[in-house]
Amino acid sequence: MVVPSLKLQDLIEEIRGARTQAQEREVIQKECAHIRASFRDGDPMLRHQQLAKLLYVHMLGYPAHFGQMECLKLIASSRFTDKRVGYLGAMLLLDERHDAHLLITNSIKNDLSQGIQPVQGLALCTLSTMGSAEMCRDLATEVEKLLLQPSPYVRKKAILTAVHMIRKVPELSNVFLPPCAKLLHERHHGILLGTVTLITELCERSPEALRHFRKVVPQLAQILQTLVTTGYSTEHSISGVNDPFLQVQILHLLRILGRNHEESSETMNDLLAQVATNTDTSRNAGNAVLFETVLTIMDIRSTAGLRVLAVNILGRFLHNSDRNIRYVALTSLLRLVQSDHSAVQRHRPTVVECLQETDASLSRRALELSLALVNGSNVRAMMQELQAFLESCPPDLRADCASGILLAAERFAPTKRWHIDTILHVLTTAGTHVRDDAVANLTQLIGGAQELHAYSVRRLYNALAEDISQQPLVQVAAWCIGEYGDLLLEGNFEEIEPLQVEEEEVLALLEKVLQSHMSLPATRGYALTALMKLSTRLRGDNNRIRQVVSIYGSCLDMELQQRAVEYDTLFRKYDHMRAAILEKMPLVERGGPQVDEEAKERKEAAQLSEVAPAPTESQASQLLDLLDLLDGASGNAQHPPLLDPSPGGALVHLLDLPCAPPPPAPIPDLKVFEREGVQLNLSFIRSPENPALLLIIITATNSSESDVTHFICQAAVPKSLQLQLQAPSGNTVPARGGLPITQLFRILNPNKAPLRLKLRLTYNHFGQSVQEIFEVNNLPVESWQ
Amino acid sequence: MIQAILVFNNHGKPRLVRFYQRFPEEIQQQIVRETFHLVLKRDDNICNFLEGGSLIGGSDYKLIYRHYATLYFVFCVDSSESELGILDLIQVFVETLDKCFENVCELDLIFHMDKVHYILQEVVMGGMVLETNMNEIVAQIEAQNRLEKSEGQGLG
Repeated sequence: MVVPSLKLQDLIEEIRGARTQAQEREVIQKECAHIRASFRDGDPMLRHQQLAKLLYVHMLGYPAHFGQMECLKLIASSRFTDKRVGYLGAMLLLDERHDAHLLITNSIKNDLSQGIQPVQGLALCTLSTMGSAEMCRDLATEVEKLLLQPSPYVRKKAILTAVHMIRKVPELSNVFLPPCAKLLHERHHGILLGTVTLITELCERSPEALRHFRKVVPQLAQILQTLVTTGYSTEHSISGVNDPFLQVQILHLLRILGRNHEESSETMNDLLAQVATNTDTSRNAGNAVLFETVLTIMDIRSTAGLRVLAVNILGRFLHNSDRNIRYVALTSLLRLVQSDHSAVQRHRPTVVECLQETDASLSRRALELSLALVNGSNVRAMMQELQAFLESCPPDLRADCASGILLAAERFAPTKRWHIDTILHVLTTAGTHVRDDAVANLTQLIGGAQELHAYSVRRLYNALAEDISQQPLVQVAAWCIGEYGDLLLEGNFEEIEPLQVEEEEVLALLEKVLQSHMSLPATRGYALTALMKLSTRLRGDNNRIRQVVSIYGSCLDMELQQRAVEYDTLFRKYDHMRAAILEKMPLVERGGPQVDEEAKERKEAAQLSEVAPAPTESQASQLLDLLDLLDGASGNAQHPPLLDPSPGGALVHLLDLPCAPPPPAPIPDLKVFEREGVQLNLSFIRSPENPALLLIIITATNSSESDVTHFICQAAVPKSLQLQLQAPSGNTVPARGGLPITQLFRILNPNKAPLRLKLRLTYNHFGQSVQEIFEVNNLPVESWQ
Repeated sequence: MIQAILVFNNHGKPRLVRFYQRFPEEIQQQIVRETFHLVLKRDDNICNFLEGGSLIGGSDYKLIYRHYATLYFVFCVDSSESELGILDLIQVFVETLDKCFENVCELDLIFHMDKVHYILQEVVMGGMVLETNMNEIVAQIEAQNRLEKSEGQGLG
C-alpha cells in the first residue's frame, strides 16, 4: 500500500497539528520513512521536494544524515530547481568531517565554469560556507577567474568566497591579493564592500600585505568622502545615510592601515574630522558610522584635538536615551581606557551612574569600566560605589564584582586598615563568590600588619558571631582568632565599643563552626587548629579544648581525624612542647615557596607523635583506580586533589617563585603534552635547603581558535613518594593564547627515588570532551637525584 | 564575522537556523535552546545586546537581537562586527523578507523556510555581509523564482 507522500506545506501542517512532542515525532518518523523510500526508488523529478521536507525536519532537530547523498545527486542535476535545494542541503548537512563533502567539488567546479549566473551564485555560496581546505585549493583558480567576470552579482560573491578561502588556506593570499587594487575602482557597492572585506582579511594576516595596501589609503578616503557628501541616495540609503555598511567597513580598514603609521594617519585626519562632525546622529545608521569613526580616530596616530573630540562624542553618548547607544559607548570607552586613561577618567561620574542600570548588559559593561577606572586618587570614592553595587547587583555579576574590588584594593589601598576593612566587607557581602586565594591573601595581609592584629581579630570575631555561613570569612576569622585570641580577650581598642569577650564565648563560637553543617571540611580544619592554638593563648584550663580534640579523634572525615589525633597526642605525650609548636606564626614570605603553615605544624607534631598518617581513602582511591597505578597496590596522593584546596597556597604569586630563594641551577622546563593547540608544560623547582621537596608547576596554554573549558588535571606518583596537588588557578583557558591555567604539585621524595609521573587530563575543546592519560617521559634527573 | 543567525518565535520554536561555523547537530539544537532562554529573559525596553552564552563561541562573541511581533531575530557575532551596524542589518533582512512575501508574518517563514534561506543567502554569505541594497536582492530572488517556475515544477 503506497501512501502518496506529502508536499512540504502539507507536512508542515501536519507537524503543527500534532498536539504533543510524541505525536510530532510520530508524524516525522513516518514521513522520513517515505522520504527514504523515495530517495531509493522514487521519481527523480520529485527528489527536490523530498529533500526540502528533510531540511525542514532537520531544523526541528531530527536526524537527516541519510539525505547527504541526495544533496550530491541534486547538485549534479541540470535543473536549477534541483540545484537550489541540493546546495542548500549541502550547506546545512555536509561539512568537513564527512568524507562525502569532497564529492561535490567536481559539481561545484562545473557550475562555476559553465553555469548560468544564479547557479554560479549557488556554487560560490556553498563553497564559502562549507568549503574545506582541500576544496579551496582545488577551486581557487575557478574563483579567481570569476573575479574578473562582467556580472557584478557573480563578482561580489566570488570576492567573499576568496575571503573564506584565504581563511582556510592562507597561502592563497598570493592569488587574491593582486586583483584587489583594480576592484577598488569599481562603482558597484556590493563589489566595493566585498573588496574592502577582502583587503581587511589580507592585511590582518600578513604585515607585507598591510604595507602593500597602505598605498590605497587615498583611494579609500576618496570613496568614503563621496559616500559622505553625496547626501540622500535612494539606492543605498539607510535612514538617510548613504550605505552605512560600506562606510563602516572602510573606516574599519582605515583603522588597520593607519595604526602606528604617521603618514597614513595624517592623510585621514581631515576626513575623519569631517565624518565625525557631519554625520546625522538622529538615527541608528548614522550612529553606527560615528562610532566606527571614533574607534578609528582613537586607534591611529590622530591629532590631539581629534582625540579629544572623539572621547567627548563618547561621553555625550553615555547620556543618550537610547540604551543601545549607551551600551556601545561603554564598550568603546572600555577599549580606550588603557590608551587614553585620563580622557576617559573625565567621564567617570557618568560611568558610575550607569552601575544603577536595570539592564544587565549595561551594568556589566559599567562594572568593567568602573573597575578599570580605579586609580590611586579615586580609590576610596570608587570603592564606596562599587561596594554599594556589590550589595545589590545581580547574582551573575557578583563574582566579577567581588574579585574586581579585591584586586583594586590590593593595588591602590591607601592604608592597611582600609584594605582589611574592604576585604572584610566583601567577604561579608559576597563571601561565597570570592576566589579561593582571597582567604590566603587576607591572612597574609593581617599577619603582616602587626599594629592591626587586635583590630582585625575583634572585627572578625564580631563578623563571625553574626554569621557563620560565609566560608571564606569563617576561615579567616577562625585563623585570626586562633592566632590572636589573647588580643581578643584583652578588650581594649579605640573606635570599637569595648566589649568584654569571655573565653567561653570564643570557644563556644569555634565549636559552633566545627559542628555546623554549613562548614566545609577545610573550614572545620581551620576551626580545630584555632581551638588548639587557643590552648596556649587563653588563661583558663584546657579541659574544654581537650574534650573537643578527643571527640574529633573519631571523626569520619579523615583530615579532621588526623588533626585531632595528632593534637590529642600533643596534649598527652608532648605537652612540654606544645607552647613552642603553637607559637605565633612568623610572617610567611609572599613569593617564596608557599609553605602551608597548617601542614608544617602538623608535620612536626606527626613526627613527634609517630602516628602513621591515616591513609586517605574515597577520593584518593577513585583517582588511583582511574590512573591505573604505576607501582600496583596503593600509590600516593596525600590529599584528595582539587577537593580540598590547601589553605595558604596563593597560586597567583607562585609565578614569582624563583625570587626567594633562587634555585642553584634551574631545571629545564618540559613540554609534556600537545593536542590541537592545547599545550601542557612542567616547570621544576628544588631548593638546596630542602632537597626532598620538589615543586612542579604545570601550565596549560591554548593557541587554538576554541576555548578550553572544564579543564582538570590529576596526577599520580610511585608509592615511595608523596604528592600533594593544590587548587588550580582556574579551569578555563581562553582561545588564541588566553590566560593559561597554572597548578602546583608538591612532591616529597626523601629517599631520592626515581621520579615517575602519570597525568590525566580532562577538558572540553571544540565542543567535544577530551580525556588524555599518559606517563610523562624524559623527566630530568635533577628533579629527583 | 557572523557566527550564526537564528530566528525563533516567542515559544522558542525555531523558524530559521543558519550556522556559519561548524557545530555538531546536538550542539546546534542546544545553542538554539540556550539562546532562546537568554533572549526571553530580556524586557522589551532594554538594549539589544547580550553577552553570548557558553556554547557558542567564547567571551569574544555576543548576541544581537531584535524582536518583531512573535519572532526573535538573533545574530551571533564576534567583536570585529559593528554592533549598531548589525542592528541595521537585521532590519534590512526583515524588510527584504517583507518585500518578497508582501507583509511577511510568521506563517510565511514557517511554510516557506527554504525561500527564507535563499533570501538570507543574498544578504549574508559565509558569515560576511554580501549585499544590503534591497532592490538588488529582491530582483535576484524574483529572477531565480522565475527560473524555477519555467522549469515546470513549482516549489514542493
